[in-house]
Amino acid sequence: MTTATHHLELSPDPRVASVPFSRLLRAELRKLVDTRAGFWLLTAIGLITVAVIVVFLFVADPDQLTFMNLVGATATPQSILLPVLGILAVTAEWSQRTGLVTFTLEPSRIRIAVAKLVAVVLVGLLAVVVALGVAALSNLAGMAFMDGAGSWNIGAANVRDFFAVQLIGIVQGFAFGMLLMNTAAAIVLYYVIPIAWTVLFSMVGSLEKVAPWLDVNTAMAPAFDQRTFQAGDWAHIAVSGAIWVLLPLALGLVRLLRREVKSA
Amino acid sequence: MITVEELSKRYGAHQSVDRVSFRAQPGSVTGFLGPNGAGKSTTMRMMTGLTPPSAGRSTILGVPYAELPNPGRHVGVLLDASAQHTGRTGREILRLGAIVMGLRPQRVDEMLEIVGLSADEGNRRVGNYSLGMRQRLGIAHALLGDPQVLILDEPANGLDPAGIHWMRGLLRGFADQGGTVLLSSHLLHEIEVIADHLVVIGRGVIVADGNKADLLNAAGTLVRGLDPDALARCLDAAGFVYQLEPDGAYVVDAPREQIAAAAARHGVAVTELRGADGSGLEEMFLQLTADDAREKVIA
Repeated sequence: MTTATHHLELSPDPRVASVPFSRLLRAELRKLVDTRAGFWLLTAIGLITVAVIVVFLFVADPDQLTFMNLVGATATPQSILLPVLGILAVTAEWSQRTGLVTFTLEPSRIRIAVAKLVAVVLVGLLAVVVALGVAALSNLAGMAFMDGAGSWNIGAANVRDFFAVQLIGIVQGFAFGMLLMNTAAAIVLYYVIPIAWTVLFSMVGSLEKVAPWLDVNTAMAPAFDQRTFQAGDWAHIAVSGAIWVLLPLALGLVRLLRREVKSA
Repeated sequence: MITVEELSKRYGAHQSVDRVSFRAQPGSVTGFLGPNGAGKSTTMRMMTGLTPPSAGRSTILGVPYAELPNPGRHVGVLLDASAQHTGRTGREILRLGAIVMGLRPQRVDEMLEIVGLSADEGNRRVGNYSLGMRQRLGIAHALLGDPQVLILDEPANGLDPAGIHWMRGLLRGFADQGGTVLLSSHLLHEIEVIADHLVVIGRGVIVADGNKADLLNAAGTLVRGLDPDALARCLDAAGFVYQLEPDGAYVVDAPREQIAAAAARHGVAVTELRGADGSGLEEMFLQLTADDAREKVIA
C-alpha cells in the first residue's frame, strides 16, 4: 500500500501534468484488442483474409495467381470487416457505458475522439500491411505448389489505392459510430446504405451517372477492378467522402461534445 | 475539498437539480443522501464534467473538474460500478486506468489486493463479476491514482455486510489521512455508519446539511421511569418540553445530562435514558421517500 498522507491538500498537486496524447493513444489502441469482441473481430479479419486467399489459390487459374490478384482478393473481406472495428471503437463507450470512466479520466472529449481515430487508423494500416504480407506469401505458395504465374508486378498506385480504400472504410465506420453512438444502428446503416444505393441506381437509370458522386462504394469501385484511381475517381471520392465520411464525422464530433455522459 | 455552488440541471420542464450548494471538507466523509431520483447522480455527474449544468458551478480542490490536469491523480470517481466493458478483465480495466494516469504497472496489483480481489478474480472478465466484486473493482479504480478526493455514487450497493464494514474502514482511513470523501446513498442506515457529515437531497433540493451527530440528535432524548407520573412532575418542574410515548416513555427536548440531573434532584428512579429513536433526520427522510413513492403510484 503506497497511499501517501495528504495533509489536507486544498489545491491540485502542481507536480501532476496533463495526460499526454501518447498515453491516451496507448490506452485506446489497447481497448481495441483487450475485449472479447475486439479480439475476435481482429482474429476474424485475419482468419477470413487467409481463408479467402486459400480459396483463391485453389479456384483461380494458375495464370491468375499473381501478387496483384492476391492483394485484390484480400481487399474485399478487409473492406467489409475493418469498418466494424472503427464502429466498435466509439460505440462501446456508450453501449458498455465505459464513457463514464473514459471521460472522467480525460475530460477533453475531443482529445479522446482524436486518440480513437488515430488508433483505428493505425490498426487499419497494420491490417493492410498484414494483408500485403499474406498476399506475398500466397504468391510464393502459388508459384511453388499451384504452378502459379507468380508475377510481382504491382504499381505503387495500386498499393496506394488499396490503403486509401481500407482507410476510408474504417474512418467511415468510425464516423457512423460517432454519429449514431449505437453499435447495432451504426453497423446496420453502414451495410444497408450501399445496398440501398445499388437498388436505387438500378431502378432509376438516370441516377447512374451521379452514382459515383453520391456513393463512396461506387466511387471506390475502380480499385476492385484492378484499375488505379485517376483524377476523376479522386474527385468522386472527395465528394462522396465528404458526404458519407466527413459530414457524419463532423456531426458526430459535435454530438460527442454536447452529449451528457450517463450510466443509464 | 469539494465545493458545489448553486448547481442546477433542468431537463425540459423537469427541474432535476435545483440550486444545490454544499461543501465536502478534507479529513471527513460527507454522505450525500436522498431517495432514488432525488438528483444525487445528476449532481455528481455535473461535478465530474459529464453532464453540463444548466446553472451554477462546482470545484474540486478549488478548480473546475475539467481543468484538473490528469484528473484521475486528484479525484477518484466511481459513478456506476456496472459501467464497465463486460468483456474486459478486472485487471485490464485497472491497467487501462494506470496507462492514462501514467502509473507504474505494479500499482494495478497493489490495488486489487487492497480491495480484496484475488489475482484469479482480477483475471476474470467483469461480465462474470457479482455486483459486490464490481463495486470493489470500482473502488480500486477510484483509488488507483492516489487521489486526495473521492466521489462515489452508491458504492455500498451490492456489498454484503462484511463488505460495507470493510469499505467503512477504508474510507475512514482515507479521510483520516486528510482526504475528502463524498459518497451517495439512498439508505440512511447505510450512510449513517460511514459519514461524518450529511447532505440530504430531495426532489433536487438540499433539505438538510450538517454534522451527522447534530442531525441525528435533533429528535431529543428518551427517558423512562419506574413511576411515569413522578417522572412527568419532575420534567415539568425542570421546565422541559416533552411528549408521552405510547409505551409510557417520554421524549424530552433536552440533553441527557440535564435530564439525569433533574431526576436525581427529584429522587425519581430512571430505568432508561438515551437518544430518541425516530430521529428528526429519519422522519424527514421517510417523508421524502414516501412522498416520492406516492408520486410514482399516481403517475
